[in-house]
Order: sequence, then structure tokens, then C-alpha cells
Amino acid sequence: MKFGVIVFPGSNCDHDAYHVISKQVGQPVDFIWHRETNLNSYDALIIPGGFSYGDYLRAGALARFSPVMESVKKFAATGRFVLGICNGFQILCEAGLLPGALIRNRDLHFICEHIFVRVETSDTPFTNEMERGAVLRLPIAHAEGNYVCDDATLETLQREDRIVVRYCDRDGEITSAANPNGARDNIAGICSRERNVLGLMPHPERACEDLLGSSDGRDIFRSLAATLAAVA
Amino acid sequence: MKAKVYVSLKPGILDPQGKAIQHSVELLGFDGIADVRQGKYFEISLADNAGQEEARESVSRMAREVLSNPIIEDYRVEIEA
Repeated sequence: MKFGVIVFPGSNCDHDAYHVISKQVGQPVDFIWHRETNLNSYDALIIPGGFSYGDYLRAGALARFSPVMESVKKFAATGRFVLGICNGFQILCEAGLLPGALIRNRDLHFICEHIFVRVETSDTPFTNEMERGAVLRLPIAHAEGNYVCDDATLETLQREDRIVVRYCDRDGEITSAANPNGARDNIAGICSRERNVLGLMPHPERACEDLLGSSDGRDIFRSLAATLAAVA
Repeated sequence: MKAKVYVSLKPGILDPQGKAIQHSVELLGFDGIADVRQGKYFEISLADNAGQEEARESVSRMAREVLSNPIIEDYRVEIEA
């Protein structure tokens, strides 16, 4: 199985993602510069966090027009796996690969802290090694993580079991106090209808070693690796 | 020819920046402010040989596909000769 980490001007979590895939998952991984258009050799892509194009216009808005993104759309359409983390989630929304949008945090602050999320479904390639209801402690670091969508989209996400993780307290209770940024329905991550594209505001790649304060993020990469091993 | 594009958050979309600005101007002593919404404004210079309707059409497309995110924002285009 081969992974690719897409690098835009301004990406800054690309090395973290690369490190986790090569050292924790133990699989081959390449950096993919955003001008590349041939993604044929990859099984899974990570769109990392950071500030692509300086967050000009809107977070993720300009990265959508990078040459690689047309190829990412085709890649996703073949059923292969795409994980967008933080700015990667924002890019996936801007590109129309995931519904909704991520706007300025409710309280305007850039929030950088560890929070808790509850796994709402194990029926995704990224969470199938976890139990529904599992609580993960993961870091967030964003100013635009406030997920918004219209009522019809929310209803669709709920009906199709596509809300993958939600902000919760340490006991797994979904409360407004545990919602760091005002995201609708405490949404921290959603997947596509076909379930092969996941957008996450928290950073699992920064939580794969106990030394970093949490290793809960490993379960997401472990799930993805297990999925890929089963497909191969 | 110049095109002006105004992008604003749709009604109902929370605008925490607008709220913070409202709070600040109220601290300055302005009262009677019901609401402040922050938006974006773009000036686009166009080649003069383009027709007005043609210009409106292409700038509207720009506004729809790039300058605004239709999930959260509305836009308005003005063309100045």
C-alpha cells in the first residue's frame, strides 16, 4: 500500500503526516507537490493541515485550484481513500468533495489545545478498527473550524451515518460546553457518501506517540491501514 | 471598465467578526446599532473592449465560483463603465 501526502504552498503538517505513515504505519509514502497530476501509484492520500496559500480569500479556497486537485477528485471517484486534516478538511469542502463549509470559530480565537471527540460510526475505512462511542483525545489548531451546513445537508449526513466524529467531553457526552468552535451539531469530522473521503478538524497525526501527549490518533491510521490491507 | 463584487455572509450564518466589531464601536460610544455584518469587496479592472453584459456575465461567474462560497455567502456584482 502506498500513501501520498499532498503539499501546497503553506502546508505545514505534511511532515507530521509523512512521519506517521512511514514510522507508525510503516508503509511507503511520498510527498506530492501540488503541481503533480499523476496519482496512479497511490492507494491513499492525505491532504495535510497548514495554511495553503496563506488562507487568502477563504481557508482552502485557493488550494482547490491547484493542478493536483482535479486528480484528487478523479482519485476519490475511483473509490480510493482521501483523508483531509484541518486545512485539508477545509480544502475538501471548498472543492465540493465534502458538503458544508468551515467558518471562523464562534469565539474568534485561534484554538490550539487537546479536545475530546467521540467516534460516531465504525462504518468507515478510517474508523473500522474502533468501537462506535470510543472517545479520542486529539489536538486541534485552527481559527476556522466552525462547521456549517444547511438543515437538509445535516439531515442527510445523519441519515447516511456520515458524521464520523463529534466534539464531546472526556466522558463522551456531546455538550455545547465541549464544542470548541461552535460547529453545527458538534461536528468534528464527516465522510463522503461513498465513505472513502474523510475530513477531520482534529489532528490525529499529531497524536500518534505517547510522548506527544496522546496516541489516540493511531487508531485512525490503524483503521486505514487495515482497510488497505484487506483491499490489497 | 471596472467590476465591483460585494460578498456577504448569508443571513443566518454566524458572523463572529461582525459581532466583535459591533462591540468595539459600541465601546466608542455609538449606540443604536442593531447588527454589524462583515463582508468582502473586490475591484476588478477589465479590458475596455469587453461589452457590459459580457463583463457582467464573466464577473458573476468569478464571483460564484471563486470569490464567494455559495454555501455560506451571497454576492452582488456592479459594472462601472
